[in-house]
Amino acid sequence: MTEPILRVRNLVKNFSVRGGILAREVDRVHAVDNVSFELGTGQTLGLVGESGCGKSTTGRCILRLIEPTSGEVWFEGKNVTKLGRRDLRALCRDMQIIFQDPYASLNPRMTVGSIIGEALTIHGLAKTRQEYEERIVQLLETVGLNADHMRRFPHEFSGGQRQRIGIARALAVSPKLIVCDEPVSALDVSIQAQVINLLEDLQQQFSLSYLFIAHDLSVVEHISTHVAVMYLGRIVEIASARELYTSPLHPYTEALLSAVPIPDPKAKRARIMLQGDVPSPIRPPGGCHFHTRCPIRQMPLCGAEKPELRQTSEGHWVSCHLRG
Amino acid sequence: MHFSPGREAWRRFRRHRLAVASAAILSLMILAVLVGPMIWQVPINEIDFTARLKGPSWSHPLGTDDLGQDLLARMLYGGRISLAVGLAAMVVAILVGTIIGAIAGISRGSVDAALMWLTDLFLALPQLPLLLLVIYLFRDSLKEIAGPEMGVFILIVIVIGGFRWMPVARLVRAQFFSLREKEFVEAARALGASTPRQVVRHILPNSLGPVIVAGTIDVAAAIIAESTLSFLGLGFPPDIPTWGRLLYDAKDYLDFAPHWALFAGAAIFLAVLTINFVGDGLRDALDPRRVM
Repeated sequence: MTEPILRVRNLVKNFSVRGGILAREVDRVHAVDNVSFELGTGQTLGLVGESGCGKSTTGRCILRLIEPTSGEVWFEGKNVTKLGRRDLRALCRDMQIIFQDPYASLNPRMTVGSIIGEALTIHGLAKTRQEYEERIVQLLETVGLNADHMRRFPHEFSGGQRQRIGIARALAVSPKLIVCDEPVSALDVSIQAQVINLLEDLQQQFSLSYLFIAHDLSVVEHISTHVAVMYLGRIVEIASARELYTSPLHPYTEALLSAVPIPDPKAKRARIMLQGDVPSPIRPPGGCHFHTRCPIRQMPLCGAEKPELRQTSEGHWVSCHLRG
Repeated sequence: MHFSPGREAWRRFRRHRLAVASAAILSLMILAVLVGPMIWQVPINEIDFTARLKGPSWSHPLGTDDLGQDLLARMLYGGRISLAVGLAAMVVAILVGTIIGAIAGISRGSVDAALMWLTDLFLALPQLPLLLLVIYLFRDSLKEIAGPEMGVFILIVIVIGGFRWMPVARLVRAQFFSLREKEFVEAARALGASTPRQVVRHILPNSLGPVIVAGTIDVAAAIIAESTLSFLGLGFPPDIPTWGRLLYDAKDYLDFAPHWALFAGAAIFLAVLTINFVGDGLRDALDPRRVM
């Protein structure tokens, strides 16, 4: 791995569940539970997991759109979690985010030009009106749109085009890291490929690093250099993309991989069906979070002791008592 | 095809036929009360006992009241006050409501709680006795500062507006609560937008649709509230013929001079109705998502 641009250490985020007339904390949602990983410069880390496993929360905590409960986020040698308001604003020029829902992520009352140009205004990146408009046109063309789209409103565009607008907005500040929060999950399959290819081209062009959040392993496989699998707020396995797809170690990763469709109707494969639902993150099961659904569990060990993330081979980390 | 936002909104508004018709009628009414008294130059207080309670005729198009005063002249003059009170009170209510709702909606915790307590407090206050007290306390001092008519106008606008901002505040706060979690607001935050910028550029413009509609209803309510105040003898002096006052004076003669109440009532009804339709049209026109 090259020198990491982003380093996340023991990140924890709990949401309070308040109740009663005094709005006291009655419970806690353990959304992110001790997550650590590194992202190398110019690389893409895919973060996958089921809905509600805390992947989006992790992404937002890194940008401090959500304040983490504890833990550290290091970006280029700066501790992001300790930054004051002013430094945090400066950090916005280095880290950006692309959202899942292209219909909710663009202000319906602003023209595409002013949506993309907002960052230029906030950070004073364009000195003259002309410079401002030239930069917007340049950004629009970078993401495959036209200059005359500038004066239109988001509702005049299709989902894929809107997602391109969202990407242009993120690119406006020339960031080094972009958190892609399920950027293609809301799009048609044919459009997904276009957007993924665009993201790859942009990565080449601007040497970007991506934290790519998705719930679909086949999407992640295509774009990621490394993949981290999350389950109930914890990372259960991290490896290089090739390693993870060819020799997964954690039983949860195996189950996820067996669910990826193969584009060949004759191909047969053993499908690992997990039993039951994801337990509530309010009261996660003790020991290994996965032991309630694990096909290879060995009680009482798995139900009592929390497995640590340990390295089994170069760059391959897994959190399981029985594997690796 | 594509238009600038202003023209686009106008194009949408024009599609709303009822709103366009209402806007036309409302403009006519406003024009009439502004220009009318210059054309129809009959004094509003010329007493003529030979022409008491007469129905519409050529010399008195809307008839006369119990003192033989010309009702058209009185209606035109009173319309100025009624419409001005309605619009000004709406502006006060929307301004106060939006500011309080926005502050409550953007700041979590104790500020929000305190402002909502204040709102609930105002909602719970018995309004009429309080109106009575406020007007009783301040009428004379304001009259001295701003003159008898202007003084009462300011007082009534503040009093009516001051008791109508609560629904607007709640509406705006609720809008803020849902909008500030929207992804485009989060995107602005990720771009480093300050809180005032998030509010002014992203949250507020998207929360104003329902506020405009609530505002139009407020105009109507303010016109009616002014009538109520006049009815209780708390509004403008009795010799100033606002629409509410005309209605109040006419109520004892409904049996044998229905025209007296009819025209004033119709004016209030028409003003309230057209303002509501214009509000509906505006809400649709200002919402770019609406495909029309």
